[in-house]
Amino acid sequence: MKKYFFPADSKKRKTGIRLAGIALTALLLVSAFAWSAGLIGQRNTTRTFLENTPDSFPAGYRRAHGKGICFEGTFHASGNAVPLSIAQVFGQKDVPAVGRFSLGTGNPHAPDNSSRTVSMALMLTSADGEQWRMKLNNKPFFGTRDAVGFLKQIEAFKPDPTTGKPKPEKVAAFLKEYPEAKKSMEYDAKAPWTKSFAGSEYYVINAFLLIDSNGKEHPVRWSMRPQAPFVSMSAEERKKAGPNYLFDELKKRLEKAPLYWDLVLTIAEPGDPVNDPSQQWPANRKQIIAGTLEVNRVFDQAEGGCRDINFDPTLVPKGIALSDDPVLAARAGIYSHSYNDRVREIGYGKATDAVGKPKKDNSQNK
Amino acid sequence: MNNKKLTQMPPSSFNITARILHWLMAAMILTMLFVGVGMMTSLTLRPWLLDLHIPLGVAVLLLVIVRLINRLTRPVPKLPGEMPGWQKYMATILHWVFYALMFALPLSGWAQLSAGGFPVRLYPGFHLPAILEQNPTSYALLHDSHRIMAWAFFFMIVGHLSAALIHGFIYRDNILQSMIGQKKPTDKSEEICSDQ
Repeated sequence: MKKYFFPADSKKRKTGIRLAGIALTALLLVSAFAWSAGLIGQRNTTRTFLENTPDSFPAGYRRAHGKGICFEGTFHASGNAVPLSIAQVFGQKDVPAVGRFSLGTGNPHAPDNSSRTVSMALMLTSADGEQWRMKLNNKPFFGTRDAVGFLKQIEAFKPDPTTGKPKPEKVAAFLKEYPEAKKSMEYDAKAPWTKSFAGSEYYVINAFLLIDSNGKEHPVRWSMRPQAPFVSMSAEERKKAGPNYLFDELKKRLEKAPLYWDLVLTIAEPGDPVNDPSQQWPANRKQIIAGTLEVNRVFDQAEGGCRDINFDPTLVPKGIALSDDPVLAARAGIYSHSYNDRVREIGYGKATDAVGKPKKDNSQNK
Repeated sequence: MNNKKLTQMPPSSFNITARILHWLMAAMILTMLFVGVGMMTSLTLRPWLLDLHIPLGVAVLLLVIVRLINRLTRPVPKLPGEMPGWQKYMATILHWVFYALMFALPLSGWAQLSAGGFPVRLYPGFHLPAILEQNPTSYALLHDSHRIMAWAFFFMIVGHLSAALIHGFIYRDNILQSMIGQKKPTDKSEEICSDQ
């Protein structure tokens, strides 16, 4: 008993070494954990992508593409994709669909002429309970080959406080590291703006693998190709248009008739870049119309529905698998943070107009 | 040695089921905690980590049921008589908090996914049913508690490991051995004094 806690003097040094070893073990474990959680070290984490969200960001809204409208509809499979994938969604005549049309601007109160980018998000739930979530943009490719490139692009193009313009040397350094971004910048400068959500084609950007009944993998990308014609909008027209022209036009159209998009699968050939969302595949690749999405009704996202869905593109049904596209994997984590942040605001009652409450109740809301 | 005496006393170590479950679950839970924080930060591994996190969490939930039954029905070794009361008290509380967390973490994870409307996918094509209605408030509460409990669990595990190593290598009592399974006499005061 007497020696239980205090070993004899001759042992003190040894005890000290042992204690130091134990402390070191604990310290290493805590450090490894803190690093994994992104608390120490300089690595980019999925959190880094949300750091630009201002404190004044209105509670309860998506951190990107904040302005949007929910829709409901049905996906009618054609059966043409059944030989390529065992996913039930490709063989089911009527698959319930819930989704969201949105504007590319972060600010949920931005006018519709603030961004050329428009998006469709979609969740199809087949009869076997499998969910297929996707998030599609009208721009057919991603700016950079990986997610960090996206951060670097924002950093390089940050306006210099003295001139109000990006620093040319920073832009040049960025383009040297990510030459593929030039193509994206040209597209952004030239591509026409859409007059309607209805006439826009929405692209998945990332590649996926369809898995057939023999377990064979077929790399694909897909798009929702509108049955309504594309109509462009000039800069002049956009200047004059009301702040919600895209959303108003969509509502008007749906009051008259449903809207349709064909789900077009593009099948890669050997050598096509499956892991690089900045590279489009050649135009002559085989395409299959896997079915048609019928959109029947839109409703305000403040009512719920699409508001509480994370359209994480990595949540795919059995019969579809993820490719090793690095941007696809990064999106999963980034979407998760955006979702957690806004659902927390909604869940803890901080959201106002995002859930249909009067705006002024919340001092955070500006 | 005094084997005859030992058979009448509480066992000097945990039974083989307890020891296997302890070390297996220690590895699984530590993995789970690292996978958990990793999938909230990694730019490249999240889908893969999530596919690991859910089935591994379900496995922990199933194993802790077996472990609790074993714990409640089989005799366990006593803490050394020389150990101060407050240490015994803390050790006992921590012991049961660990059990509570081993249940609460998988269940809150499952409930969180349910409340968020996410699939609880064990492997492609096989899902567990939702155990809660989809609801933003439940999701927010469960997500936060899952995270806070995970961090608390991690620090308790570091404390538990450090304490076990201190008992094993500094106090040199029977506590670490009782989970490793080396049979040693319970009274070790002689050995401590005459060590090396």
